[in-house]
Amino acid sequence: MMRIGIDVGGTNTDAVLLDGGRVVAKCKTPTTADVSTGITRALETLLKQQRPVDIRAIMIGTTHFVNAVIEQRDLAEVAAVRLCLPAGEAVPPRTDWPSGVRQLTGPHTFFAHGGREFDGRPLSPLDPQELRQIGQEIARRGLRQIAVTGIFSTLQAEDERRAGRALSEVVPGAQISLSHQIGRTGLLERENATLLNASLRPLAEQTISAFERALEQLNLKSALYLTQNDGTIMRAAFAREFPVLTFASGPTNSMRGAAYLSGLKDGIVVDIGGTTTDVGALINGFPREASVAVRVGGVRTNFRMPDVLSIGLGGGSLVTAGGAKIGPLSVGHRLTQEALSFGGPVLTASDIAIARGFANFAPQRPQLDPETVTRASEAIKKMVEEAIDRMKIARGAVPVILVGGGSVLVDDQIQGAAAVYRPAHFEAANAVGAAIAQISGEVDRVYELTSLDRTAALADAKRQAIERAVAAGAQPETVEIVDVFDVPLAYLPSQATRVHVKAVGDA
Amino acid sequence: MIDPLKQIRFEDMKTLATGAAILGTGGGGDPYRGRLIAELAIAEHGPIRVVQPRELADDDLVVPMWNIGAPVIGIERIEKGDEGVRALRALEEFLGQKAVALSPVEIGGSNSTMPLRVASMTGLPVVDCDGMGRAYPEVQMITPTLFGIPASPAVLTDTAGNAILLQTVDNLQMERIARAVCVQLGGRSAMAGYPMSGRQIKRAMIPGTLSLAFHLGRALEEAQTGQDDPIDAILKVTRGFRLFSGKIVDVNRRLEKGWARGYFDVENQGKTVRVDFQNEFLIARELGRGGRVLCAAPDLIMSVDSHTGEPITTEMLRYGYRVTLLGMPCDPRWRTPEGIALGGAGYFGYEEAYVPVETLVKWLIANG
Repeated sequence: MMRIGIDVGGTNTDAVLLDGGRVVAKCKTPTTADVSTGITRALETLLKQQRPVDIRAIMIGTTHFVNAVIEQRDLAEVAAVRLCLPAGEAVPPRTDWPSGVRQLTGPHTFFAHGGREFDGRPLSPLDPQELRQIGQEIARRGLRQIAVTGIFSTLQAEDERRAGRALSEVVPGAQISLSHQIGRTGLLERENATLLNASLRPLAEQTISAFERALEQLNLKSALYLTQNDGTIMRAAFAREFPVLTFASGPTNSMRGAAYLSGLKDGIVVDIGGTTTDVGALINGFPREASVAVRVGGVRTNFRMPDVLSIGLGGGSLVTAGGAKIGPLSVGHRLTQEALSFGGPVLTASDIAIARGFANFAPQRPQLDPETVTRASEAIKKMVEEAIDRMKIARGAVPVILVGGGSVLVDDQIQGAAAVYRPAHFEAANAVGAAIAQISGEVDRVYELTSLDRTAALADAKRQAIERAVAAGAQPETVEIVDVFDVPLAYLPSQATRVHVKAVGDA
Repeated sequence: MIDPLKQIRFEDMKTLATGAAILGTGGGGDPYRGRLIAELAIAEHGPIRVVQPRELADDDLVVPMWNIGAPVIGIERIEKGDEGVRALRALEEFLGQKAVALSPVEIGGSNSTMPLRVASMTGLPVVDCDGMGRAYPEVQMITPTLFGIPASPAVLTDTAGNAILLQTVDNLQMERIARAVCVQLGGRSAMAGYPMSGRQIKRAMIPGTLSLAFHLGRALEEAQTGQDDPIDAILKVTRGFRLFSGKIVDVNRRLEKGWARGYFDVENQGKTVRVDFQNEFLIARELGRGGRVLCAAPDLIMSVDSHTGEPITTEMLRYGYRVTLLGMPCDPRWRTPEGIALGGAGYFGYEEAYVPVETLVKWLIANG
């Protein structure tokens, strides 16, 4: 049984073909503006190397949707419906957004009754008549995208679901994004993510349809999945409804791929590219998540994003000050025209690696001042060592996995590393990460521990997480719980506890 | 002496919130939402007038205001917007007197911004003062308690329209009863209490702390965009001290009775300093050398990113962070035996006798 993983980055599209757990073919092609042409080219190249017999799934990781937000293009107008009355009006939707994104998604805001208290009691009952009127107004404005966010919907989602149904009945062609399916506790951040999701749905529809056409033309009939922020995947049909869940799939895929290729579940992954180096921590095979709010294109969200430290070190980084200063400027993809080793005028980090014999991808070994080479090698290694140290989760040496095309810049003598791993196919770790991704189900909610005890609450959350994984397409017999934590709510002498559970299974 | 604030404009809010976060000494809650709420009010009603305590007439009524309850509820259940105004009006009605000005009770963290929205909406000025000069976890831990000023009468309001008036026998009872009422009101409430005369404000409250937070935020912002060292900039405004710089090598955090408790260790060149916290940082001690104290509450212990000067709160503590620990002398009102008993590390169960941070630092410099 074979799987194809594709990672569409800003510069390159990487693809791998996995047979069981083995990489049997791989390729790298330039990313195209429409994404799908690049994917077609990558698949064609891949299939020339090896004609697969039975492809179970094709997994695509893409930065296309997050880039649309950052570049402020292809965003649809959205009606924001907040179920919150009598609370919730003090900070309206889209507050503290950059004006560009705010204007593109329009001024459409509606406050309605509904939503819950922290213990599940209704703030106020849902009002069908009120929702009908809101729906009529949305229809009158010609909007189709609707984002519904209810207070404490992460605890009790029924209000959002009912409101969504009521609005679809009134608004022709309505597409509803419900916040409890997208974000976690933190109303403004969850609502922001839901609004971005709604505004990206037309682009997602168009892009994913193009992916499907590309597969059809190549006569590939396997199931298509897109990779998510947390290193798991969703079906193409699901991704059409939840494009925001792809936002951080790039760094996540390379970390997951590094874990898989090295066989390690815990350690530090160092992905050295052309311009930057991403460093992250692996815990139980998954990237550690950032604990602070993450802004996407200036909009504050609370996605589960991997905690990645990016530093200005890559194969194309400029070497200056007699080797003492590396980067942050880089020649990037112009390396083969501008670097000394390729006959260009600029001293880059790659030239240092070539001069030291770490790499031999250039036509010539440049004549460099040995002191400069020594100083620059030390500076490069110090940058990597400091980044590793900052991302470690505890005292002591840790395993370090080096991936990415620029990983030739450093040798294996890294301070703070218990061992250094350079797995085979390291340059395609991102595509491998996509190919091995599993399907997940998640629960993040508050339980009031009066009617049920902690054990029962955890059991309930686990059951829901498993149900969600299976509903998302995981094979039930492969589903397992990978993450559980519970924390009592601070500053309150009550029995309220927040529980988070995640389950994953094979596609 | 720093220039006193005369007004708070929309564009000042971010700066003020940054300074308030530093004065939160690791706790106090994220002022982000409070900042947005105040900004929206200012955009609609105009800038907020700031008055100095000395400008108050002796019999002016000043009403301090704050939020009580779980911050996690505050981030999910966004307010209706009039909770603060209704708490103020209910208290005024009971007292039969109109407030002349409002004030914060807690300059550190999210409570610093709470009275600002109400001030903007009502057109009342806010007094440049607070009752802590920092952040503390409980209602009674404020300087007016030291002057025998009761928290009563106090009003809690919720989003549904309820207003609950409390009269308690002392300020500790106020803390216990208000927190229980708050749970029934959905876990977070606006509160107006400690009604004071101008005379009492001048005596019992810590003056100039809104200005301090603003100038602290501005110093940090200017240093970050310019050439100055951000930490030097913070120290200049706070008249504080560099206690220790290093890397966080251990974080121990647990929840006890609704409070985040624990410690973190900062290491540099074989020396380790441990900071204990209960929501806020309480005591910094050297490990070894008999556990010499570097700084203890009620003096302020602040933990900032060694490069950027940004405050590191207890939730953000993590292995590998390069932090600098700063100590800042608290207001002299906290340095009486009663003040140390109410807000000192001893209240939280530590046995070390309180020594002012400047004395501790002098000893450190003399003895390496």
